[in-house]
Amino acid sequence: MAVIEVLSPGLLTTVQDLGRHGYGHLGVSPSGAADPVALRLGNRLVGNPESAAALEMTLAGGRFRFPDGAVVALAGADFEGAPLWTTLEVGPEQTLSVGAARSGARCYLCVRGGIAVPLFLGSASTQLACALGGFHGRRLRRGDLLETAAAQGPVARRALSPRALEYLAPSNTLRVTRGPEWESFDASSGEAFLSTPYRVAADSDRAGLRLEGASLVSCFATASTMLACGAGLQPAAPQAKPPAPRGSAFPRGLRSRTLAMRAPGGMITEGVDLGTIQAPPSGQPIILFVEQQTTGGYPRIGVVASVDLFRVGQLRPGDEVRFRLVSLEEAVRLIREQEQLLASEEFLFAD
Amino acid sequence: MVVRLGRQINAEARERVRRLLWLLQAEPIAAVRSLHPAYCSVLVSFDPARATHAEVGRALEGYLERLDTVRLPPPRVVEIPVCYGGEHGPDLEELAAHCGLAPSGVVELHASGDYTVDFLGFAPGFAYLSGLSPRLATPRLAVPRRRVPAGSVGIAGEQTGVYPFSTPGGWRLIGRTPLKLFDAGREPMSLLEIGDRVRFAAVEAERAWQ
Repeated sequence: MAVIEVLSPGLLTTVQDLGRHGYGHLGVSPSGAADPVALRLGNRLVGNPESAAALEMTLAGGRFRFPDGAVVALAGADFEGAPLWTTLEVGPEQTLSVGAARSGARCYLCVRGGIAVPLFLGSASTQLACALGGFHGRRLRRGDLLETAAAQGPVARRALSPRALEYLAPSNTLRVTRGPEWESFDASSGEAFLSTPYRVAADSDRAGLRLEGASLVSCFATASTMLACGAGLQPAAPQAKPPAPRGSAFPRGLRSRTLAMRAPGGMITEGVDLGTIQAPPSGQPIILFVEQQTTGGYPRIGVVASVDLFRVGQLRPGDEVRFRLVSLEEAVRLIREQEQLLASEEFLFAD
Repeated sequence: MVVRLGRQINAEARERVRRLLWLLQAEPIAAVRSLHPAYCSVLVSFDPARATHAEVGRALEGYLERLDTVRLPPPRVVEIPVCYGGEHGPDLEELAAHCGLAPSGVVELHASGDYTVDFLGFAPGFAYLSGLSPRLATPRLAVPRRRVPAGSVGIAGEQTGVYPFSTPGGWRLIGRTPLKLFDAGREPMSLLEIGDRVRFAAVEAERAWQ
């Protein structure tokens, strides 16, 4: 057992692993790393199981002191101050300082042994909105003392291969499959969705990415009688929306949530999955993300293909994204190809 | 993959949703990651690296053929003590005025209702309840509150519900319960489950928080 002292937490740093799956019937979302591919690879660089818990840093990293020293790796977006995608040795009493993101949104600090916190529903992941899991259910603060689990044996120092880096290179095109209500959108909306860019709005967070761009009009959402019975965690009507706080990207979990029951003669609330792209009456789409609401009542134009979900975790406010339609069969083929690459030591690591 | 079990919100659809959920929990499909029941449907979320849509679809057809054979346990009856009005229900008087009732009339109608949990969703432990008297239907607040205390009982449109967590919110608050709707340290974590019958009981504030 070793300790990590948080000298500075950065903008928004939480404990995350690969999330808790299987509790949708209780209304519990999976949470977990926003970029699970980065977390898995970072863990492998320090000799951990892929699912070990690490620190997810958002847009700006923190400063961490290691009284006992540690073997660590930074994985994900390129943050200033420390080399990415390689095994690093931190000596006893040394401090690791991670600066601001040069590109992308999230970088994982993976530590040999993994971060040890009590599990909630089998996972160490933090769900910020309801203060569940992770380190006391919250973001890290200055002065927090984290523990790492014990690990056996030496770790080989290694780095990702140029081929792997090329595969992981940022891309602003997300592949999508048709959503359950695809047919309810008018033809020009479908065309605009697939041919025009959307900008990631400042009030995006781990629960959802709000996008700004061409309006998407569904015959469900245009019914003027639509009941927006928000529990509101967020008003459904755009004009009632509180001003988005500036400069505080991603900090709160519930901001992107909306709750509608049904429109008379329209949509009835249904379960929604990670990566679902829904269009509320404002016509501005929302990508439901790792701390998503588990059910929703807005028409769904698309679903981000599993192969590109990790890329959603690297989008930052102001980024432009485009959507490209793929068939269900193609989406399955792509995720299986990705899993094969992630299983190949030869592909992933440089000699 | 969404399995639709009805076209309208009614008891029959809810029963079929409960049966499918029960079957899928008793005999899980290997590649399935999570089940999200709703009014007339169940979202079956699966790992596409382990199964295709066609494979999961075929497996689900087998479950659907067996729905009629499922014998569900009788629904539980859960009583939720509520302290109506005052600081715990700051919107009670305004809502009463909107409905043309006295505040005591709102409390009486709400507490005499027979509610059913259609499903849990949206947030941990949040129960979608049916059974609100149409006389109490009231639009939600134009400007949501920045913070609603956990346990607050609200009305929005034709729905009533209890906030499991302290969050921002726009429902009209008529009372509050001291019960925890969701408690990670309790088994079961969620106070309510799909199919439960729910009654609200008016209690005094001092007694409620004792």
